[in-house]
Amino acid sequence: MALDRWIALIFVALCFVYGYAAFFTMDQLLPPILQRNPIWPSTFPKILAICGVIVGLVVLFGSKPPKVDAAAKARGLDPLEADEAPDDAVIDLKRLGDYNVWQAVALLVAMVAYALLLRPLGFLLATVAFLVAGGALLGERKFHIMILVAVIATGVIWYLVQEVLGIFLSPLPRFM
Amino acid sequence: MLEGILIGLSAAVTPFNLMMVVFGCVIGTLIGMLPGLGPMSIIAIMIPVAIGLGDPTAALILLSGVYYGAIFGGSTSSILLNAPGVAGTVATSFDGYPMARKGQAGKALTIAAIASFAGGTIGAILLMIFAPALSSVALLFHSAEYFALMVVGLSAIAAFAGTGQVGKALMMTILGLMMGTVGEGALSNMPRFTFGVMELQSGFSFITLAMAMFALPEAMFLVMNPARSTQGADGGKITNLRITRQEARTIAPVIGRQSLQGFFIGVLPGAGATIASFLGYAVERNIAKGDEQKEFGKGSIKGLAAPEAANNAACTGSFVPLLTLGIPGSGTTAILLGALIALNVTPGPRLMTDQPEVFWAVIISMYIGNLVLLILNLPLIPYIAKILTVPRTYLIPFILFFTMMGSYIGQNNSTELLILVGFGVVATILRFADYPLAPLLIGFILGTMLEDNFARAMQLYRGFSFITERPMTLGLLVLAALLVILPSYRRLRANKRAQGVADGD
Repeated sequence: MALDRWIALIFVALCFVYGYAAFFTMDQLLPPILQRNPIWPSTFPKILAICGVIVGLVVLFGSKPPKVDAAAKARGLDPLEADEAPDDAVIDLKRLGDYNVWQAVALLVAMVAYALLLRPLGFLLATVAFLVAGGALLGERKFHIMILVAVIATGVIWYLVQEVLGIFLSPLPRFM
Repeated sequence: MLEGILIGLSAAVTPFNLMMVVFGCVIGTLIGMLPGLGPMSIIAIMIPVAIGLGDPTAALILLSGVYYGAIFGGSTSSILLNAPGVAGTVATSFDGYPMARKGQAGKALTIAAIASFAGGTIGAILLMIFAPALSSVALLFHSAEYFALMVVGLSAIAAFAGTGQVGKALMMTILGLMMGTVGEGALSNMPRFTFGVMELQSGFSFITLAMAMFALPEAMFLVMNPARSTQGADGGKITNLRITRQEARTIAPVIGRQSLQGFFIGVLPGAGATIASFLGYAVERNIAKGDEQKEFGKGSIKGLAAPEAANNAACTGSFVPLLTLGIPGSGTTAILLGALIALNVTPGPRLMTDQPEVFWAVIISMYIGNLVLLILNLPLIPYIAKILTVPRTYLIPFILFFTMMGSYIGQNNSTELLILVGFGVVATILRFADYPLAPLLIGFILGTMLEDNFARAMQLYRGFSFITERPMTLGLLVLAALLVILPSYRRLRANKRAQGVADGD
C-alpha cells in the first residue's frame, strides 16, 4: 500500500476516535438548560466526523490517477524542456534513499533539545548553541566564523524582541 | 470612493506606516529570494512582529508588504538561478533563466520588475473598484449564507487542488476543521477534545500550525535535498538594465491582459498566484504568432512578462475575498486572516464601514508598496542578489531558529516548540505523500467562523431548516457539492474510458 493510502487509513481511524468522543462522551457533560438548544457543542464535530470518514474512505479505496506533479505540469506547458532530466528540486518519496534523511532527523532532535533547554539555559546560550550545532550538523567546519555570527545574531535578535517588541525572553541560565 | 481614498491616504501616509511598507517590502524581497521559503512561511515568521506593533493598520500594511515583496523576490532567484523561491514564480523561470544565460539578466530583471509593478498596480485599482461593491452585496448575507459561502470556499479550494488531489485536499480541509474544534469553543465554555491536557485548553496556536505546515517541511526538504538550494549566484554579472522602446511596446499588451486575467484568477478561492502565472504563460504562448511563439522557453520577453504581471495581480486579487467576505482563498490570506483576528479586526463586509481606515490604508499601501518595490528592485538588485550566496550551513539553522521563535514568542511556552516539531514531522510526511497542506490551514482558521455561523443559523431556525428555507443558502451548498463531485465524476468517466480502450486492445 502506498504511503498516501496509509495516511488515509490513519485519518479514518482518527475520525473514528474523534467521532466516538463527539457522539458518546460529550453530551453527558452538557447542562440540561443547554440541551434545549438546537445546537450542541458536539453537533458540528459529529458532522465533521461523518464527513471525514466518508472522504477518508474515498481516498483510501478510490482509484489512483497517474501522478502529475507540478514540474511535469510546468513542462507540459513548456514542451521545450520536456526531454530534460527530471527536476532535482522536486521532492519525490522514491528517491528518499538519496536524501540526507539523517541530517534532517538530527536537526529535528536539535530542535527538540532547544525546546527543552530554552528555559534552563536561557535564551542567549541555548540559541547560540542551537545555531552552532545546526551549522555543524550540516557540515560547517569554520567554527570561529560560525560562533561569531551566531553570537552577534542572537544578541541582535534578543535586543529586538526584548526592546522593540517588548516580549520578555529570559536571557540567562536559570541559576544566574 | 474618493472619500475612502482620502481616509486611506491619511492613514497610510504617516512616517511610521511608510516605514512599515518599506520594511515589509525589503524583508519580503530578501527572504522571498531564498529558495524554499515561500510567502506563507515568511508571513508566518513576521506575524509576531506585526502583532507586536499593536496597530492593525500598520500590521496589515507590513504583512501585505511582505507578501508582495516575497512574490517579487521570488522572481529574482527564478531568473538568476532557475531556483524559484516561491511556487508562483516557477513560470517566471521558463523564460527568465534562458535570458539570464544569454547574458540578459539585467534586462530580464527590469522586465520582471516592470511587469510586477504594473500587475500589482492594476490589481490594486481593480481591488478598489470591486471590493466595495462586493462588500455591499455581502452585507445582505445572513449567518446561514455565510456558513454556505464558507463551505463553497472550502470546497473550491479542494476542487482547484488539481487532478486526483480533490479527495486528498478535502481530507486535509476536514482535518483542519477538526483541529479547529480542539479547545474551548465559542459556543459554550466547554473544553472539547483536549483529553485533559492543559496546553490544549486554548486550542492549537495558528502561528505554530502555519510554521509547522509550511516553513518546517520546506527547511527539511532543503536539508534532505541540497539540489533544492542551488548555489553559486553569478551576482556580479548583472549589467545593462535598460529595455528598448520596441520591447516596451511588445510587452505592454501582455502585461495589460495578464494583469486583468491574473486578478480575476486571484479572486477565486483556491486559485491564486501559482495558477495565475502558469495560465498566463500558457495563454500568452498560445496567442503569440509564428516566430514569437517559438521564442517562448528560450528567453521570450513576453513569456517573462506574462507570469510576472499575472502573479502580482493575483496576489492583489486574493485580498478581495479576504477583505470583503472575511474568507481567505489561499494559504497566505488565511495566515493574514489569522493575524487580523489576533489584532481584533474581523475582516468581512463590515470592515469597510466599521474600520474604513484599515481597508483603505491597505489599498493605498499597495500602491506605495509597488512603487517601493520598483525602486528597490531596479537599481539595488545586483546588491540584493548577494543574499543568494549565503551558504546553506548558515541559512538552514537560521530558518529553523526563526520558525521556532515565531511560535515561541506568541505563547512564551516551550511546549509550543514540541508541538511545532511534532506537527512539522507530520507535515513533512504528508508532503511526501502528496497531500496539499494549505487546505488544512485554511480549514483550521475558518473552522471557528464556520461553526459560529452554523450555530447561529441553527439557533435562528431551530434546526436544519435554514438550508431549505433560504434559497440562497441551498443554492450555495449545492454549488459546493457540485464543485467537489464534478471533478471526481469526470475523472471516473475518463478512467472508465481509458480502461475500455485498454481492454479492447
